[in-house]
Amino acid sequence: MLLRAGDVGVLFAGAGLVVALTLYAWSGGRGDRVVIRAAGQVVKTASLSQPQTFSVDGPLGTTQIEIEPGRARVARDPSPRQLCVKQGWLTQSGQAALCLPNQVSLEIRGRTTAYDTLGY
Amino acid sequence: MTHSVIELPVNADDRRIARLAALAIGLTLAEAAIPSPLPGVKPGFANIVVLLVLLQHGWRAAVWVSGLRVLAGALLFGTLFAPGFWLSAAGAVVSLVVLALARHLPSRHFGPVSLSVLAAFGHIGGQVALAGLWLLPGTALLKLLPVFAAAALIFGAVNGVIVARMLAAPASVGRQSAPCTPP
Repeated sequence: MLLRAGDVGVLFAGAGLVVALTLYAWSGGRGDRVVIRAAGQVVKTASLSQPQTFSVDGPLGTTQIEIEPGRARVARDPSPRQLCVKQGWLTQSGQAALCLPNQVSLEIRGRTTAYDTLGY
Repeated sequence: MTHSVIELPVNADDRRIARLAALAIGLTLAEAAIPSPLPGVKPGFANIVVLLVLLQHGWRAAVWVSGLRVLAGALLFGTLFAPGFWLSAAGAVVSLVVLALARHLPSRHFGPVSLSVLAAFGHIGGQVALAGLWLLPGTALLKLLPVFAAAALIFGAVNGVIVARMLAAPASVGRQSAPCTPP
């Protein structure tokens, strides 16, 4: 008998440990908070736990930010090239969407950040 | 001037431990030739010998074989007291402690595969713990933990099956563990 009942149990427990470690180690980058800035000033810090929308006013008009559990995006923005809207949903800690013409930015924060600071 | 002779008596157990340790050292050297994508991920074939010794000659003999393997292996690689030696020693110590506990599991349900997998996790656990505390403090190692754990699971299971098959073939094992006749 190569494999006994307990061996199968140990193998499954080991596989479970590998899966748990994978989830623990490789999902640490997911963000759990969002920081919204207008003209460099923080106007709102929100948790990524429940869906909600914010409207932030800038020089060109109103930027609309949408939050869903675990992710956030710029839903609408008056900027001419729509770069921050095209970035889509942000999930990882450290990701940011910048609507420069309207001076609004959206940044994801988490347990660990990949970078200390980012310059644009 | 008196001519003094110091004689160290060598019994059959010593010879057997020396022979099995030599086997483990040989396997350690051979597997160093296998390229590894990540330092620390190795098949650990020497643990096959340690596990066979544990099951046939008890835990103390396994400690001797494992300890001699780490020490003499480091001498041969020229890495004695280098970081790699301490990592290897930490892995061996933790895996022997795990085996000391795990060998009391009821053998009706838990065979060599269980012992091998648990020892492999002990091995990598000891190494990663020492590396994390001493060599690479911080979160760098955290990202590699799943890789190390998966390697421990796979190689532990493979080594365990090899041990189980060797134990199931009584002829070769009987020859291997026969007492060595002094010359």
